[in-house]
Amino acid sequence: MGSLIQDLTVELGSERVRSGPSELSLYRKDASNMEGSTAVVCLPETTAEVQSCVRIANRHGVAFVPRGSGTGLSGGAVPLDGAVVIATTRMDQILSVDQLNRLAWVQPGLLNLDLSNRLQHLGLHFAPDPSSQQTCSIGGNVANNAGGPHCLADGVTASHILAVQVVLPDGTVTTLAGEEPEPVGYDLRGCFVGSEGMLGVATAVCVRLTQNPPGVMTMLLDFASVEDGAETVSGIIAAGMVPAAVEMMDQLCLQAVEAYIHADLPVDSAAALLVEVVGLPHGLAADVDRIVAIAHEHNVKTVRVAQNEDERALLWKGRKSAFGAIARIKPNYYLHDTVVPRTKLPEVLAKIYEIADRYELQVLNVFHAGDGNLHPLLVYDAREPGTIERVRLAGEEIVRVSVEAGGVLSGEHGIGLEKRDYMPLMFSEIDLAAQRSLRCAFDPLGVANPGKVLPSPASCGDIHSVPEGVWI
Amino acid sequence: MDLNEFAEEIGSTGPVTIAGLATRGGPVEGVRPVMAPVGIEWVQPAEMTVCCGAGTPVEELDAALAAHGQSVAIPPTGTVGGALVVGHSGLRRLGYGPVRDTLLQTNYVNARGEIVKAGGPTVKNVSGFDLCRLLVGSHGTLGFLGDVILRTRPRAQHEQWFTTTDDPESVVAQLYRPTSVLWDGTSTWVLLEGDRRDVETQADNAKLGRADPPDDVPTGGRWSVAPSELPNLIGTGRFIAEIGVGIVHHEHPQSPRPIDPPIAELHRRLKFEFDPEGRMNPGVDVLALG
Repeated sequence: MGSLIQDLTVELGSERVRSGPSELSLYRKDASNMEGSTAVVCLPETTAEVQSCVRIANRHGVAFVPRGSGTGLSGGAVPLDGAVVIATTRMDQILSVDQLNRLAWVQPGLLNLDLSNRLQHLGLHFAPDPSSQQTCSIGGNVANNAGGPHCLADGVTASHILAVQVVLPDGTVTTLAGEEPEPVGYDLRGCFVGSEGMLGVATAVCVRLTQNPPGVMTMLLDFASVEDGAETVSGIIAAGMVPAAVEMMDQLCLQAVEAYIHADLPVDSAAALLVEVVGLPHGLAADVDRIVAIAHEHNVKTVRVAQNEDERALLWKGRKSAFGAIARIKPNYYLHDTVVPRTKLPEVLAKIYEIADRYELQVLNVFHAGDGNLHPLLVYDAREPGTIERVRLAGEEIVRVSVEAGGVLSGEHGIGLEKRDYMPLMFSEIDLAAQRSLRCAFDPLGVANPGKVLPSPASCGDIHSVPEGVWI
Repeated sequence: MDLNEFAEEIGSTGPVTIAGLATRGGPVEGVRPVMAPVGIEWVQPAEMTVCCGAGTPVEELDAALAAHGQSVAIPPTGTVGGALVVGHSGLRRLGYGPVRDTLLQTNYVNARGEIVKAGGPTVKNVSGFDLCRLLVGSHGTLGFLGDVILRTRPRAQHEQWFTTTDDPESVVAQLYRPTSVLWDGTSTWVLLEGDRRDVETQADNAKLGRADPPDDVPTGGRWSVAPSELPNLIGTGRFIAEIGVGIVHHEHPQSPRPIDPPIAELHRRLKFEFDPEGRMNPGVDVLALG
């Protein structure tokens, strides 16, 4: 046995085993503001090579971290204590497409938007559409159970994954679930989705594909108060409609975006809703009429229905440009991700404004209002002394008020390192022990992405002592 | 919902089994049975969520949701908990999705008699590992569900079954998001939902005739196959297959499906982690139920 790097190089070749200072520096962080350390970065191209990487890491007693595009915001792909990074970026192929039954096998490094773009001619797409969809990978979507604006009607990633071929933490290759709808036994695929690389490495993914809608209507509704906007959201849902997307932008966000893209946005209003409905012509028209009527019941100021594809694209550009726009206000931002019951949106937003005021920070809100998924953006300048600490404390209070309002820690970004120590806000020691049990069953030695999600490290019982007759 | 009494009944020692309305096989014979709490705790139409005891009859839940124009995508009969832990979907799965997508949060009782919360109350949540999906389809072998929060869905304004003798592939290719497409090897049935005019236009374009749903669904076996394999069913006996899904209601049982040894090992470890003494629904081997 040679050194860790030597052994990996024998398997992958020197070009795909990176340990230079610039690469180690790049791969010790993701899109969060956290960083760790890695000994070596591997770029496998096949399942067998991923398996070799895992086995070699095991042999050397070093942990490993699966990584997609590194666009995660919660530090899930940040390697700790010199772990081996297994980056799947070179595994980016569509392996097969079953057009009739609307499913495809893809490699984990395939980019989310590339998948949908390459299926366009078949009239199909992959429904989860995180804001990072141009750069995030399907494997990363699986690891974080990614969401996106259009998950309101179609569900988050977990609803669109039929099977995952994985390299388990001990190096075994197997496939969790399959194309069949009710695989034998426990839903291991369901457990794997959202497990943040702590149950193994995905090496191929069977995704469910969604029909492109025959018709789309997109409208912008603006309101003099956040309450009116939020009550419109609840009113739409209670009336029995689930639009494709319902996004909200608050005034600061509208102003920042308008200055950036000049889309004639209602900058004098407290909040605006971007609502998109899809479907067949009559249902579509009826939904638009009902949504506009509900908005009027809640004092909508103006209703702007996109008249053509260009205007629709412009409205969405407004929503998606928020992150670019805020760079004009301050150089840094911290994006949060919590979920609250839809009916609590006004109350929690009021508290978020109050928290930001108290810590002398600016906060912009641009978020998935339809499912109560808040994304407060704290904007700041890291060069100002003491600012980072204020941002951290304000962020923690935002998480607390969200959970106290009956919400959850994360809607789509995951727990990772960022929220690991907040887990007790939502879960008791007994609840966390149950989650640890799942982890122990897959990874009794704790070698797959250790130190994430669970606030205290797993200490698993001796699995080899499991008696044979445990089923009886 | 107060689950302390339920947890005490389950206790921490000795074999114990969960009983419902016995529509899906019933409790393990010869083992002390317990029953989950019954009753609807709340319905929140604007959140599209509902909370109830796992022992609540599905019919009772359905009636309560119907009053708000909503429903839950779990099949009728038996208890809510039974439907979840068996995990079999209904005939509308193509449109409504699998049972596993409905469970948002549960408080269950583990093998030590402790109350454990899994998941979260909101429609979107990625806080920690997804134990809810592990519990759906677990047949009460990892813990007994006490109360549950489920995702609801709006009831359609209009629905209509149709039939045709065209092959299901060509029918599916012409339709936008049908709720169900069934095929018996000769005829195809289609359930469409939505605005009445859209339903009629879709049916006309695909040359579908109004019909009742198939009334004689075989119950000898419930097969689960890759949807691409459904055409191979011809000649295997009487069946009704769910096109685009892969569930087959067959007159014969499905032959045993192969299980990859690593999958069997993961099951053994999961059972050991969650129920080391094998006291919950003893003798139920989920790998043998396929």
